[in-house]
Amino acid sequence: MIELRHVDKWYGPTFQALKDCSTSVAKGEVVVVCGPSGSGKSTLIKCVNALEPIQGGEIILDGIKVNDPKTDLPKLRSRVGMVFQHFELFPHLRIIENLCLAQEKVLGRSHDEAMAKAMKLLERVGLKEHAYKYPAELSGGQQQRVAIARALAMDPIAMLFDEPTSALDPEMISEVLDVMVDLAREGMTMMVVTHEMGFASKVAHRVIFMDRGEIVEDALKEDFFGKPRSDRAQKFLSKILQH
Amino acid sequence: MNYNWNWHIFFEPNPMGTGTYLDMLLSGLWLTIKTALLAWIIALVAGSFIGVLRTLPSNTAQWIGFLYVEFFRNMPLLVQLFLWFFVLPELLPRAAGLWLKQLPNAPFWTAAIGVGLFMSARVAVQLGAGIASLPRGQKQAATALGLTTAQTYRYVLLPLAFRIVLPPLTSEFLNTIKNTAVAITIGLIELTGQARSMQEFSFQVFEAFTAATVIYLLINFIVVTGMRFLERRVAIPGYISGK
Amino acid sequence: MFSTLDFDVIRRSIGYLFYEGMTFTLTLTALSALGGLIFGTLIALMRLSGYKLLGRIAGLYVDFMRSLPLVLVIFWFYFLVPYIGQWLTGASRPIKVGAFSSSLITFIMFEAAYFSEIMRAGIQSISKGQPAAANALGMTYSQTMRYVVLPQAFRNMLPVLLTQTIVLFQDTSLVYVLSITDFLGAASKVAQRDGRLVEMYLFAAAVYFTISCFASWGVRRLQARISIVR
Repeated sequence: MIELRHVDKWYGPTFQALKDCSTSVAKGEVVVVCGPSGSGKSTLIKCVNALEPIQGGEIILDGIKVNDPKTDLPKLRSRVGMVFQHFELFPHLRIIENLCLAQEKVLGRSHDEAMAKAMKLLERVGLKEHAYKYPAELSGGQQQRVAIARALAMDPIAMLFDEPTSALDPEMISEVLDVMVDLAREGMTMMVVTHEMGFASKVAHRVIFMDRGEIVEDALKEDFFGKPRSDRAQKFLSKILQH
Repeated sequence: MNYNWNWHIFFEPNPMGTGTYLDMLLSGLWLTIKTALLAWIIALVAGSFIGVLRTLPSNTAQWIGFLYVEFFRNMPLLVQLFLWFFVLPELLPRAAGLWLKQLPNAPFWTAAIGVGLFMSARVAVQLGAGIASLPRGQKQAATALGLTTAQTYRYVLLPLAFRIVLPPLTSEFLNTIKNTAVAITIGLIELTGQARSMQEFSFQVFEAFTAATVIYLLINFIVVTGMRFLERRVAIPGYISGK
Repeated sequence: MFSTLDFDVIRRSIGYLFYEGMTFTLTLTALSALGGLIFGTLIALMRLSGYKLLGRIAGLYVDFMRSLPLVLVIFWFYFLVPYIGQWLTGASRPIKVGAFSSSLITFIMFEAAYFSEIMRAGIQSISKGQPAAANALGMTYSQTMRYVVLPQAFRNMLPVLLTQTIVLFQDTSLVYVLSITDFLGAASKVAQRDGRLVEMYLFAAAVYFTISCFASWGVRRLQARISIVR
């Protein structure tokens, strides 16, 4: 479904953010990407739907080459859902309008169809009664659940999560993770950048560990938590699991 | 475009017998500079005084500052010039009014004072905002050292505030220069006015306005360059614009 | 001294002042603000487009317009527009352009430079995550701008845009230099006809002052309301 081959990314002429990164996510697979801050994990996931351009290698999404200038990026992106660290709901639109906007303008769905879909998804994430509020009137956890619903409304073939819980207060993390766990169990293809190792051990199939722009470890979940091969991954795990 | 260009017009004698058309424009430039400089001095002095008033902890002072700014900001400059030029002499006691009306160079003095007062309101707003943006600790520290309010402003707050508002003051100075052109309406034949009369005498519309335009662009360039130099000269290492 | 003043002249000319003069002023202000906002937004988008040449052209336009006195720009367009019209229509001689159209074009072009700086600041004030989220949903550049970025930029900058419009309202009085009958032009014509300069200019000043004061009071209230919501 998602395939990265020898991806290189530079910020300016001197700083290489991604070095020769190769990995893949199969249909229905849940892959967690972790690593210390600045390791390039957020950059990696943003390259998948070309929010960040790459300078070397190639990325293939559902058989389509992402870094091909001829690719219709808006169309490709509309088929992959993305959830951001800071939610990025559109503050000038009501919750329901946040869910309907791209359905109508990008997918060309009728307003009624978009509304019905939006309401169904809001119900699913337990926020139906907030449909006509503005994003700023909701808590962080609620906003992130709306953001997930907004991505799901596009009927994506895969979902990308960029640190979806790291901007949340601790008591709100689980309400977001619960939604994500449900999604994983339904068989959604997911690539998740997160430090939530509980989530990883519960639903991930594979774990990728990154450091300084490189994929240091790419292993099945059981192997990663059981016996990480690299020192760096061991150190990272021990730091994170201490608490 | 069936327009007869004649760039030699600048070197032909003007009908006033004061040399060439170029001399006409240059005398206009000189008047623009004189008027603008005098207006700027007035704007700086009055504007600083009112700007300080707006930041004092006294309600009366703030109220006076507010009224002053609102008075000069809510009338078109053109109307203000008319008030000083046509209306004021009639409302004064007879002798004073007569003296005003017979003043040589009345358009010049009216323009300088009128534009100066108009701009002083803007200087006051900028400076007031600059003072308000300073950390409160500065004022408290000065007071704790036993400085009087006047001393606090003179030695601590104003030197800092003026550095902060130097960039906006630069554009206010440029506005002062541009605004002197409004005085064409009370008979001040400054640069724009001379271009206008050159157009009326010679019918070479576009040459006249092109010349004036080029001169205004040059003035802008010189002022901006000069102010950048000044900004660097007065910058405090490591503080705000010291970068 | 007031005994020689005759404020009845205002009552006698009030219809002319407002029906002709103020209508002209307000229409010119509203249409110029609208046109200036549209052109200004386009210029701002050009400057932020990432295409170097396009950005340079837009930047030069803004710097150029902001370097010139409005009075000079008014003269420029007054003489230039007939020639541009001739060039556009292929007519044999410069075409006649009415006072209103000429002033409207002038103010739109002039204000676009100022509005563009405001819109540019507004667009830049929006976090980069917003267009990224819109892109991730599959929106094109123009959809992202139209539905996500510009509405927010406009809303954030509304008080500044309105303040600029108040300045514009006052600046329209400068069409006086073309002897056009805007509000001030009307007042001035009555003043000269009846020899009542003091009364008419005092009245004109009072009217401009009242309208501007009310408008800026409204903007301040709007600003206070917005800052509470955030």
